[in-house]
Amino acid sequence: MSTVIKVENLGKQYRLGEVGTGTLSHDLNRWWARMRGKEDPFAKIGEANDRTRKGQSEYVWALQDINFEVKAGEVLGIIGRNGAGKSTLLKILSKVTKPSTGQIKTRGRIASLLEVGTGFHPEMTGRENVYLNGAIMGMTKSEISRKFDEIVDFAGVERYIDTPVKRYSSGMYVRLAFAVAAHLEPEILIVDEVLAVGDAEFQKKCLGKMKDVSVNDGRTVLFVSHNMAAVSALCNTGLLLKNGGICALGEIQNIISIYSKIGNGIGGQTIDESVPNPGQKLKIRSVRVINELGDVSAHIDNAYRAFIELTFEVLKEGRGYDVSIELVHTGYGTIFGSTLKDVDPAANDGNIFMEGIYKYKVALPVDLLRAGDYIINAAGAVPKVEMLDEYKYETYFSLTDSISPVAKTTEGRRGAILPVLNWERV
Amino acid sequence: MNTVIDDNFDEKAEWDEIIQPHTHLLDLPLKEVWRYRDLLFLLVKRDFVATYKQTILGPIWFFLQPILTTLTFTLIFGRIAKISTDGMPMLLFYMAGITLWNYFSECINRTATVFKDNEAVFGKVYFPRLVMPLSIVISNLVKLCIQFSLFLLFWIYYIVTGNAVHPNMAILLTPILIIIMGGLGLGFGMIISAMTTKYRDLSFLLTFGIQLLMYATPVIYPLSSISSKYKWLIMANPMSSVIETFRYAFLGSGVFNGSGLSYSAGFMIIIMALGTIIFNKVEKSFMDTV
Repeated sequence: MSTVIKVENLGKQYRLGEVGTGTLSHDLNRWWARMRGKEDPFAKIGEANDRTRKGQSEYVWALQDINFEVKAGEVLGIIGRNGAGKSTLLKILSKVTKPSTGQIKTRGRIASLLEVGTGFHPEMTGRENVYLNGAIMGMTKSEISRKFDEIVDFAGVERYIDTPVKRYSSGMYVRLAFAVAAHLEPEILIVDEVLAVGDAEFQKKCLGKMKDVSVNDGRTVLFVSHNMAAVSALCNTGLLLKNGGICALGEIQNIISIYSKIGNGIGGQTIDESVPNPGQKLKIRSVRVINELGDVSAHIDNAYRAFIELTFEVLKEGRGYDVSIELVHTGYGTIFGSTLKDVDPAANDGNIFMEGIYKYKVALPVDLLRAGDYIINAAGAVPKVEMLDEYKYETYFSLTDSISPVAKTTEGRRGAILPVLNWERV
Repeated sequence: MNTVIDDNFDEKAEWDEIIQPHTHLLDLPLKEVWRYRDLLFLLVKRDFVATYKQTILGPIWFFLQPILTTLTFTLIFGRIAKISTDGMPMLLFYMAGITLWNYFSECINRTATVFKDNEAVFGKVYFPRLVMPLSIVISNLVKLCIQFSLFLLFWIYYIVTGNAVHPNMAILLTPILIIIMGGLGLGFGMIISAMTTKYRDLSFLLTFGIQLLMYATPVIYPLSSISSKYKWLIMANPMSSVIETFRYAFLGSGVFNGSGLSYSAGFMIIIMALGTIIFNKVEKSFMDTV
């Protein structure tokens, strides 16, 4: 499948506070810098967009270092908390505003639905508005005429089509507006949270139409929503934004799982006290992230030690059992995996595990890790024979970086880990 | 092996569009404007439907506006201040000036606030923004035609009743005059609109500025009444030649000056080009500042 959208190093900087004071002097500064062939003096300052923290700078990056690709026919769900940068990303993709850095390459006609009924005029009739709205979204008059009956039919407002839309109920208004958008037939459709309006039946109809557009016509859809049920039903891949950066990108179910953890602010531990399945041999009881003080914590700073504590119960004694953990960075993917067998000769020799509770603690190499959100996957298995128990995308923690070389300067660096290597002059 | 070929294919395949932070100044989306021509005419239509749908008099306002202004001017400037009209019937003299000036000032005024007025739409959907100011100029053109036909009615009445009105072949220049005015209004309007998105103060100056400009244009007085010491100042205003030529063509008063008109036309072309470039540059980022 070919790539239809390629986003490279995309960034968007906004100015906070009252726009209008000091703009002239900033503009002159900028212009003077450009004249001398220097960089924009205001582009460097600015910080990641965390609206809960009071920042130092007047400038803020609503989006920074965004890189991803969308293939033809893909339905990408873009999720994240309020202020994560979703709408900014959509606005840039829809060309409503331009990026501050980077670029987006696209192939095919793009139609964006950031709002239903853009340009609807209350004094004009439904018919007139269908034409105007369709034209605003890029259709020609003849295209609209061709699809007019279909649009009215989809909206179900035949009786009112020659009445000014200000007499419409809000439901009818939205139906008509969505109907126009649904019949645009672009190669790429960008939809922002429009399903929050209308009744359940109509929402279902909209979702159905969007699914139809992607599955039957092979079109690409980018969908932003806070409604996880809708995202999950519609999308096959997900993009999770957090504070203006990509937090995670991948299969939609995993992304939703990460999001629900981050969104609820839980994480740090997963505890399972449920009754095991009949015949189950091993059950993982808990996965915990422990900080230096010995407390469970979802927030780790790499200046201090941190541990993963894994508790499992052997329900039926047996041979060859092994447990493992996997550390996954939400943006970079799996960083490493580690198993008990690596160090425990008893497990290695295939010794018998007696029934009972086992608890292990492993120190995380936090000094290597870059800041971000991490997931701990845990599994119990007889390697290469059978999987006994598994927890994927359940335990989450975030890591702040205060010791790596990157943390001390403003420079960026690529790579999943940030080791400090020994440079010897020879 | 296959994937390698595919990748190469991907890299070579042309992208339809590349969205970048900076675009070239002269990278004007004129082709796109043409593609959106249906939108242009639907917007003009909306303008008319929206303005008069809930008024009692409806389109009659198109006539009432110039008539009332003409009467006011006749009373104040003609009867009270007794400013010369070059021997022309006062009603025709003022109406000619007002009809033309209204078109120009409406074009500027509405184009200058185009970003503010359409913030909601511009913030949600992309279409070449140039379509908006163009639709304003066209919808004002329709208004001008209506008011112009009103002027023609009075004009014919005065000719039939044997007044001192001397139309001549310069009437054929009318379309050119209209193009010059529309272009000037559009160009100035686009420049101002682009600047007001950042510096709001300008919108306060605009009303005042246009009024001032009207007094610097022979709308309420004939050019001939200006002493030669200040004439160059009035003639530096590109609107002066347009209105003088119009009066000359239809009424036979005033001066027709070929070089003055060429100056206006040249001025219009420069302002239009400048306006289009500035507008096109600002529209890409105005959402962040407006």
